[in-house]
Amino acid sequence: MTGTAPVTTTFEEVLGLGDDALIAAQRLSEWCARAPEMEEDIALANIALDQLGAARLLLTYAGELEGAGRDEDALAYLRDDREFRNVLLVELPNGDFAVTMAKLLFLAACQVHRYRALAEGPDERLAGIAAKAVKECTYHLEHAALWTVRLGDGTEESHARMQRAVDEIWPYTHELCEPVVDPDPRPPFGLAAPGHAGAARSDAATAASGDGAVRPTRADPQLRAAWLATVEPVLAEATLTIPPDGAYLPRGGRQGLHTEHLSYLLAEMQVLHRAHPGARW
Amino acid sequence: MTPYEVAAAVVDPELRVVTIEELGILRSVEVTDGTAVATITPTYSGCPAMDLIRSEVTAALRRAGWQRVEVVTQLSPPWTTDWITESGRAKLAAAGIAPPGPARTVALGMPRREPPAAPACPRCGAQATGEVSRFGSTPCKSLWRCDRCGEPFEHVKAF
Repeated sequence: MTGTAPVTTTFEEVLGLGDDALIAAQRLSEWCARAPEMEEDIALANIALDQLGAARLLLTYAGELEGAGRDEDALAYLRDDREFRNVLLVELPNGDFAVTMAKLLFLAACQVHRYRALAEGPDERLAGIAAKAVKECTYHLEHAALWTVRLGDGTEESHARMQRAVDEIWPYTHELCEPVVDPDPRPPFGLAAPGHAGAARSDAATAASGDGAVRPTRADPQLRAAWLATVEPVLAEATLTIPPDGAYLPRGGRQGLHTEHLSYLLAEMQVLHRAHPGARW
Repeated sequence: MTPYEVAAAVVDPELRVVTIEELGILRSVEVTDGTAVATITPTYSGCPAMDLIRSEVTAALRRAGWQRVEVVTQLSPPWTTDWITESGRAKLAAAGIAPPGPARTVALGMPRREPPAAPACPRCGAQATGEVSRFGSTPCKSLWRCDRCGEPFEHVKAF
């Protein structure tokens, strides 16, 4: 597989992968010193560190692909919300512990499949990053799966809260399973910036907006199927019900259209670097 | 001492009983046009010890007389605990850290259902031990407790 196919990796693709990992790391680190027990505190900090490690490697590579002289710090600290390309799922607030575990289960299940494919791809640099990350994400997936089962198949209270968490996060998993770079970019919810190629389209995706009709998912069918095959047995063992796919399919992160939660996250993550550019200790 | 031997003697900053060679994170040291080029590999992507290892390898080679030193980080193939040497495993066990079993191949798709293979207690040797947490004080370790002597201990998890 090496050295034969031309490498066509783009800045946007690696940036999207890196932003997913970076924002997930930042959110998970909010649990530090707040987790329900000491072991869990350490576990979440470790998982955040793994995600941050992958993010650093990916953003460094993205900066090189862009060729504009931006390094990992410039990309992490000196972009505004509209320039971030992470999926919405990772920027959502941690919620209670069940929400955090639902988010981690869904994210890790996707990253495992995505990194595995990249580890076998033609881009050796990306394959090296992905081959390391897939091993780490497998541990994240197992950790989230254990908790999902423990809470879902636990007490009446823990079951109810785990189910509520799955219901709340599920709509965001469609965007999670979309291609990082949409080969057919259309704006979310039929809204388009003037002059955007998608503005004039009137297909099912845009026509359905606003009327509550089912909007077709744009998830990559292959990735979605693999993701479901990973997630469904865990939810079944946890005695949880998979929510029906309704009309609410939030997306837009890959286009830079985020929830307000990202802005607050960035404010906290970036403040030191922006106040003291190049600060070191 | 060859430049490889110099770099190989550098101690891991977090597992201070083993060298970076025993841990399997030193890949090679080669001399090119008078520059000693050491290639290292991270254990985990986010391992915070990498910067320190890099500077300690550089310092060791400088002390040994190499004026021009370069430390290269190589990710591929990814580090595995299978690269920890026999002497490294013995030193970990002697320090109360249970060494890893064989690394599993990453089975894709399904999170592992059964608990990982239990390491023997590094203090009393009992086989009956239980996992307390899959994540420990560093990314490469998990937390265990011995059912016989009751002591908690760390385990370098197979990776």
